[in-house]
Amino acid sequence: MQAISDERLIGSDHLLELSNVQKHFGPLHVLKDINLTVDRGEVVVVIGPSGSGKSTLCRAINRLEPIDSGTVKVDGEPLPAEGKALARLRSDVGMVFQSFNLFSHKTALENVTLGPVKVRGLRKAEADERARELLDRVGLAEKADAMPAQLSGGQQQRVAIARALAMEPKLLLFDEPTSALDPEMISEVLDVMVELAGSGMTMIVVSHEMGFARKAAHRVVFMDEGEIVETATPADFFDNPTSRRAKSFLSKILSH
Amino acid sequence: MDFVIEQRTVILEGFWMTVRLTVLSGVLSLLFGTVLAVMRVCPIPPLRWAGAFYVTVVRNTPLTLVFVFSTFGLPRLEIRFSFVTFAIIALTVYTSSFVCEVVRSGINSVAAGEIEAARAIGLPFGQTLGQVVLPQAFRAVIPPLTSVFIALTKNTSIAVAFSVAEATSILRRLQNQDASATFPLLLTTAAGYIVLTLFLSFSFSRLERRVAVAR
Repeated sequence: MQAISDERLIGSDHLLELSNVQKHFGPLHVLKDINLTVDRGEVVVVIGPSGSGKSTLCRAINRLEPIDSGTVKVDGEPLPAEGKALARLRSDVGMVFQSFNLFSHKTALENVTLGPVKVRGLRKAEADERARELLDRVGLAEKADAMPAQLSGGQQQRVAIARALAMEPKLLLFDEPTSALDPEMISEVLDVMVELAGSGMTMIVVSHEMGFARKAAHRVVFMDEGEIVETATPADFFDNPTSRRAKSFLSKILSH
Repeated sequence: MDFVIEQRTVILEGFWMTVRLTVLSGVLSLLFGTVLAVMRVCPIPPLRWAGAFYVTVVRNTPLTLVFVFSTFGLPRLEIRFSFVTFAIIALTVYTSSFVCEVVRSGINSVAAGEIEAARAIGLPFGQTLGQVVLPQAFRAVIPPLTSVFIALTKNTSIAVAFSVAEATSILRRLQNQDASATFPLLLTTAAGYIVLTLFLSFSFSRLERRVAVAR
């Protein structure tokens, strides 16, 4: 009894709660009874073979992918159905995509200011100033007026991170943020992500970057065939995986 | 040719009517056609069906029949306008169905990932459309839209049969006055349409270059 009232007073520390989440794509069961909680300030790396459902999990959190059953709660609030309320909730959950998805008809600066101006109602001058600070933070202050097509992949992805940060999200989702990048550009994006993790941002990162996981993650979640198979600290997971499937997956990605 | 020069004011007045018909129904078709295209891609099924139904019916009806419905059908419903207004209604109703399909193909050309990104930062449907989808869709469809508007320019000549004094009806009237001037009149009128449509193509390709986005 006491515990419950305490929780009500301080509020739960769980920023994200997924319970019994199920999702099918036709006959394919892509999310099998997923239960996962993420605390404020926690960095969780989701890892697993392709087709394991990790991207779908990431996209289910802001309902870009609607789920069949179960609940997703962000900051205690269940995801509403498509509409104004969902749009408002999405504005609190930033997302960074594998293919960057910058608005190709807008400059880097305009990409970053669109959300704050249209969704948050910020004045343009104020939004511009904050956007320039964010572009500076990701190391692209001098690229504010460049169009996406004039930027390298790594630069585009850093603009995309600035665009997500501009909404001052409670939670940031990264869906394979470095998978479409040339090797020499991966580290510039990971550096920004490590800095973010260090600043206390709550992050869910679908990625195979073990260096990032070891350096910045609090927890690694291993998925296979739509299930969460193993959850562990990065050190435990990479050095002493307990499940057979995790062992087999790690041996494949570490063998060369 | 002397007769043509003698009658130049009348001919120019005819073309002025052609220009007015084209511009007014062009602007209205662009607006209405875009609304139809948005209906056809929106998440509400009845609106999608209504948009598809409109395009199927109107696009497959000969323009002359659309004119007949407008000019003689609407007055039966106690809706009375000038012949010019009826012509603008008919041309708009007809051209909108073509604009709709062109704009819809432009909407489909916008990268799905950008639309997801817009939704992910919290833009609702209307703003996703207005800020991200339509600006890119219009850039992509300027060349086919040019064709639609060139067709519209020439389609205004159907109004000749419905008591509107546009270029082609002036041609007919003058021809009746002086049959020996038929060929000079025909050539002058044809040249007039070419001037109008070339001006249109030129303006649109300039617009296309100005708003082009590198991909």
